Amino acid sequence: MNNLVYLVPLFPLIGFLINGLGRKSLAKQAIGVIGSMSILASFVVSIILFLQVKSSGAIVANYFNFIDVASLKIPFAFQIDQLSSLFLLIITGIGFLIHLYSTAYMTDEEAPHYARYFAYLNLFVFSMLLLVMGGNYVIMFIGWEGVGLCSYLLIGFWFKNDAYNYAAKKAFIMNRIGDLGFLLAVFWMINKLGTVTYGEVFANVGKLSHQDITIITALLFVGAMGKSAQLPLYTWLPDAMAGPTPVSALIHAATMVTAGIYMVSRSNILYTMAPATQGFIAIIGLATALFAATIALKQNDIKKVLAYSTVSQLGYMFLGLGVGAYTGAVFHVMTHAFFKALLFLGAGSVIHAMHHEQDIRKMGGLKKYLPITNITFLLGCLAIAGVPPFSGFFSKDEILAAAYEKNPILYFLGVAGALMTTFYMFRLYAMTFLGKFRGTHEQEHHLHESPSAMTIPLIVLAILAVVGGFIGIPEVFAKDSHWLERFLEPVFVGSNALVEHKEANHATELMMMGVVTGLVLVTIAFAWNKFSKYEETNTEESGLGKVLENKWYIDELYDAVIVNPLNAFAGFLKNIIEKSGIDGVVNGVGNLVNYSSRQLRLIQNGQVGAYILMMVLSVLGVLLLWINDTYIITFLHKLF
Amino acid sequence: MPIQYYIYLALSLFSIGVVGVLTRRNAIIIFMCIELMLNATNLLLVAFSKMHHAIALASNAATQVGIEGQLFVFFIMVVAAAEVSVGLAIIVMMYRNTHSVDINFLNRLKN
Repeated sequence: MNNLVYLVPLFPLIGFLINGLGRKSLAKQAIGVIGSMSILASFVVSIILFLQVKSSGAIVANYFNFIDVASLKIPFAFQIDQLSSLFLLIITGIGFLIHLYSTAYMTDEEAPHYARYFAYLNLFVFSMLLLVMGGNYVIMFIGWEGVGLCSYLLIGFWFKNDAYNYAAKKAFIMNRIGDLGFLLAVFWMINKLGTVTYGEVFANVGKLSHQDITIITALLFVGAMGKSAQLPLYTWLPDAMAGPTPVSALIHAATMVTAGIYMVSRSNILYTMAPATQGFIAIIGLATALFAATIALKQNDIKKVLAYSTVSQLGYMFLGLGVGAYTGAVFHVMTHAFFKALLFLGAGSVIHAMHHEQDIRKMGGLKKYLPITNITFLLGCLAIAGVPPFSGFFSKDEILAAAYEKNPILYFLGVAGALMTTFYMFRLYAMTFLGKFRGTHEQEHHLHESPSAMTIPLIVLAILAVVGGFIGIPEVFAKDSHWLERFLEPVFVGSNALVEHKEANHATELMMMGVVTGLVLVTIAFAWNKFSKYEETNTEESGLGKVLENKWYIDELYDAVIVNPLNAFAGFLKNIIEKSGIDGVVNGVGNLVNYSSRQLRLIQNGQVGAYILMMVLSVLGVLLLWINDTYIITFLHKLF
Repeated sequence: MPIQYYIYLALSLFSIGVVGVLTRRNAIIIFMCIELMLNATNLLLVAFSKMHHAIALASNAATQVGIEGQLFVFFIMVVAAAEVSVGLAIIVMMYRNTHSVDINFLNRLKN
């Protein structure tokens, strides 16, 4: 059965090659079928692997030595265990739905661009699979870089728009900053342990000093910060919304941005042994969750709200990792993938119907025009808000419960963030689907429900978003009901052994759940009431509202502190140092040769007498040199 | 007679030749100065050869060592004679063309 493993990334790679190379000649239908079917094939293999892992444990497949230098051997190996098989299902499953959705969403593109789109998307899935399947940190890093590249390519998919290219570059550079941390961590690991294979690293973790573990984990987390858009490297993710909406759903919500969470939970044993880093992760995660939530409160672009919501939810996942709730974080990755992909695809459906209008102030009342989108979007909102029994409730509750166990302050701040999430999601829902239509008459005339290739993924994801939480029902409700925790136990067994688990008081836990649910419902009612009657006013926001609308001016701050000084410095190097310094030296050498040869040329004047004189003087000179050779040699020795 | 005297004489002859070549513009005089330099060399060759041979004779009465220098003098004379015939022919041609033997005329060759 080991020979099946390589098929998972192979199918998307083949899809990428066919669509990428044949983009000039393939028909649109063929492109769509190839793109989607390659992912579907991967999905089928992933299910087989999942069942196999479920029944008989992890599979490790070694193919060849990727790097073999002196004592360092890095094999090209895949490791399919409980954690990665779960991620495989998420990536290929949701990936397939989004490919299917894209066939309809991108239908306005011309065939070569359509093919380019699917080629990039397949390449992305391939890289992402490499990332989660890799049996060591180096293979993971290949995928890690690959998804960054695809993210860049897809954000800048409409490359004729300068702003989109700028967003793509921003995403790439921000990711590179994080990737440097990842790379340094890998080097550190190689230096201290001489191996990067997961099994060997985790088995030998006891040999590392406390300081080494802290540094490695912190550097790895820097990589996660960039990839998973945490403070202070999150600014690329909202801008990444420049890409096509299905791309936002797949890359910037469901899969790529969760790579950081995957990496940390993969290295859970390292993190458990580095409490300092864990505390740092919890703080960064919580800060990001709250910070992004506040920004989302005031955004008016339907995709920007979802983008900040994604940043915020990623913050929750890191909070979970930081407090040691690895299962909770992975659980939230999964449920978040369901409902956030659903919300993004729903937003895509709205944007499609509105002819690329993304401002929710110009929407409203779409309920009766887009019935399926409306229902599925509402279910997604309920799921992300954490209303029981939708999936978000269980995963978020698990993270928050673990945070409470660690420190009640984390819990209360986390709940505050959850309430903000609820508020802005229902603000978004109410302004988009409720009330009366605020767009132009022409837009109203053209409003239509999306084709079935777009609504089927919405329905499937909505079902998953509703029932996805039942694989992780907390112990409060029934004994041994948390299926996911038992499934993932082999991955986290090392960490669990190190941490003594306090048995939470069930009464307290139930009460907290009840209170939070009540608060969430009140918030929903409030937002629903407030924004379903929304009327467009031209009053400018003031005070805190304006600050939030402008995203805390973080982009401006980065521009002022980093980008502009760097640009100015680069301009100085270009205009002053290069122009007058380096160019001066280079041109100076040329001019010197020119000038001196022009002068030397005058010696050749055609006067025979002058030539003879020079000859005689030269002979005399040589004679003198010959006579005084020892003296001259010592003189030269002194010189050099 | 000490060897130094020969050297001094040859040196002064050679110097006169060099200075003559450098300073005079008359081709015939330059020619003569070149001959002077050649003969200064010949003189030195003969003087050194004689001295060398005399030293070798002191240890071995039948030796031939040191006479090669005098042989060279004959070679130089032959070469000089050939050179004179060619050189004078050039000067004659030059005179026919320009009615002068001024060496500066040759500057025109550079263009």
